[in-house]
Amino acid sequence: MARTITYREAINEALAQEMERDESVIVMGEDNAGGEGSPGEQDAWGGVLGVTKGLYHKFPGRVLDTPISESAFIGAAIGAATAGMRPVAELMFVDFMGVCFDQIYNQAAKFRYMFGGKAVTPVVIRTMYGAGLRAAAQHSQCLYPLFTHIPGLKVVVPSTPYDAKGLLTQAIRDNDPVMFFEHKALYDMAGPVPEEGYAVPFGEANVVREGGDVTIVTLGRMVHTSLEAAEQLATAGVQCEVVDLRTTSPLDEDTVLESVEGTGRVVVVDEAHPRCSVATDISALVAKKAFGALRAPIEMVTAPHTPVPFSSTLEDLYMPDAQRIVNAIKTVAEWTR
Amino acid sequence: MTDERIVAVTMPKWGLSMQLGKITSWIVAEGDDVSVGDELADIETDKIAGTLEAAEAGTLRRIIARVGEDVPVSGTIALIAPADVSDDDLDAVVQEARAVIDAGVPDEAASGPAVETADIGGRKICYVGAGQDGDVVLLVHGYGGDRNSWLFLQEPLAARHRVYALDLPGHGTSVKDVGDGSVDILADAVLGVLDAIGAERAHLVGHSLGGAVAVAATARDPRRIGSLTLIAPVGFGPAVNSGFLRGFANAQTRRELKPLIGQLFADESLVTRQLIDDLLAYKRLDGVGEALHALLGTLLDGDSQRADSAAAVRVIGGAVPVTVVWGSADRIIPPAQAESVAGAVCYLLDGAGHMPHMERPAEVQAAIEEAIARAG
Repeated sequence: MARTITYREAINEALAQEMERDESVIVMGEDNAGGEGSPGEQDAWGGVLGVTKGLYHKFPGRVLDTPISESAFIGAAIGAATAGMRPVAELMFVDFMGVCFDQIYNQAAKFRYMFGGKAVTPVVIRTMYGAGLRAAAQHSQCLYPLFTHIPGLKVVVPSTPYDAKGLLTQAIRDNDPVMFFEHKALYDMAGPVPEEGYAVPFGEANVVREGGDVTIVTLGRMVHTSLEAAEQLATAGVQCEVVDLRTTSPLDEDTVLESVEGTGRVVVVDEAHPRCSVATDISALVAKKAFGALRAPIEMVTAPHTPVPFSSTLEDLYMPDAQRIVNAIKTVAEWTR
Repeated sequence: MTDERIVAVTMPKWGLSMQLGKITSWIVAEGDDVSVGDELADIETDKIAGTLEAAEAGTLRRIIARVGEDVPVSGTIALIAPADVSDDDLDAVVQEARAVIDAGVPDEAASGPAVETADIGGRKICYVGAGQDGDVVLLVHGYGGDRNSWLFLQEPLAARHRVYALDLPGHGTSVKDVGDGSVDILADAVLGVLDAIGAERAHLVGHSLGGAVAVAATARDPRRIGSLTLIAPVGFGPAVNSGFLRGFANAQTRRELKPLIGQLFADESLVTRQLIDDLLAYKRLDGVGEALHALLGTLLDGDSQRADSAAAVRVIGGAVPVTVVWGSADRIIPPAQAESVAGAVCYLLDGAGHMPHMERPAEVQAAIEEAIARAG
């Protein structure tokens, strides 16, 4: 198969290839410019974790370093999108999204509907999410459920380098506003990625492991934790099917329901808080549309309903881990009336 | 010292890229007597599922690899030995085999053979070779396939030949631009690869659309081609499963693609998740949709085949020995069209579908070896 690159490199490659392909694609955000090896830009790093490194010199005038004012540059990106550009704005941590909520959910998400389908807003907002990096309560949240709640936004949570490149490519080519969630702990993960451009369609979940006993529905970083749990149980004779949602909006209901119809048992694994979340959403979907297939109550493995703790010991306990997923799988696998 | 009467049953290597196999079920149990050719276990690889047959007769004394476990290629998965071999002797071998399975695939083995690239008339064409000596054999895949379609054949053939498999334009990692999508443009790539590897003479093996391509390449330079083996080839009659072809060109999702791919095989359970994933990943590449639709125009005239290879084969027939292999259960192109391949030696594989080189590789290999031997 293809060569192996990291999740970070896959995102960088998607940006570079789409900028090459389409002149209206621009990149903007805090510290987006430069990067090591880029002359005269040694003080800037291609984003806080180096994802946009090298693009500034490759595409002169199309990588914009913005002031530290999220409400200003997210608003500017959305405005540029309505005027014919395809901006990719990087809002460092999703935790900071609060200051530009109006631009996102009241403006960008609404234009297509309020102007009778005549307006398009092809903006992508890239952002980091997730705990595990000792970054505490204001830099570790998984806020994709907030955006999934809003009609008019598309919400993407890639789990692998292959999906990161293909879904970002689709996000840039898409005519609707897209929220693109990158887990900080995945940036160094390597995987096979084709060198050519390709788009992974939205609303198509990926069955990353097949099994007939229990369905695990998950997304983002938790796909890997879920696979770890599934492998542990495989040797004990429980075969799990792992469904990676890829996008929470649009949501691939069919793949989830078909899997649950085959297994009759489901565990939803989500790093976000448990209330009004992807986990509760999937649970409700299954309870409503696959009730007849269920052979055990639905289990959810999530973070607790609490801010991400500063204490590293507590943060480790906060994160769903393979053991908790194993326990949940055993609960549904062994459940009898 | 190990008792030499202990025969190791090992994980087969089905294809150049195969590093691991997984036992999906054991068909035999410890203590069973097995004969040569008996089915031992169902094995799943990255690409496809298959059944391992016994190469030696005897009593299956130990099963080492568990169901669901990844085993490196050539790792010992079971032991066959006569009843008087002691348990201690067997257990010593089991222990060694266990260590190999637990160690997994060594990193340096994970890359596989190098992919070569040739510039053919401004088009980037990728191919991969195996084997050190003997005649050159070039394998030409079908519509929507790629060089990995030959995973069960390339390595076995490479024991006696220098075997190359290419990605036609629009496929695999080759250029996605297929120009007007004509068979001639694809044949350029075939002859171009022969030039690139410096082959003055070669045997061509073509599957489906690749069959029509191999015929066109042969027609241009018959003296260069030692033998021509056509597997369920395009171009020998009007009938074709046009719904499959259009469906394949248009399919965007796993849900659309999976039932279509099932039609390629007589036994649909051979289709693995990975095979569908690889095809989806291919179909998502920029330019592939356009390429597949351009080629659709070459394949179809309404709901009938447009390509005609029969006339060309009548012309070539005297100079180049032609062999045809067809599955009796082919649901894409009717096997009766084999009768239209003038002067060919014909092998009809009972119960095989449109992919005999994947479904029944040993018999297809034998047909190719026979064709090469006849060419002299």
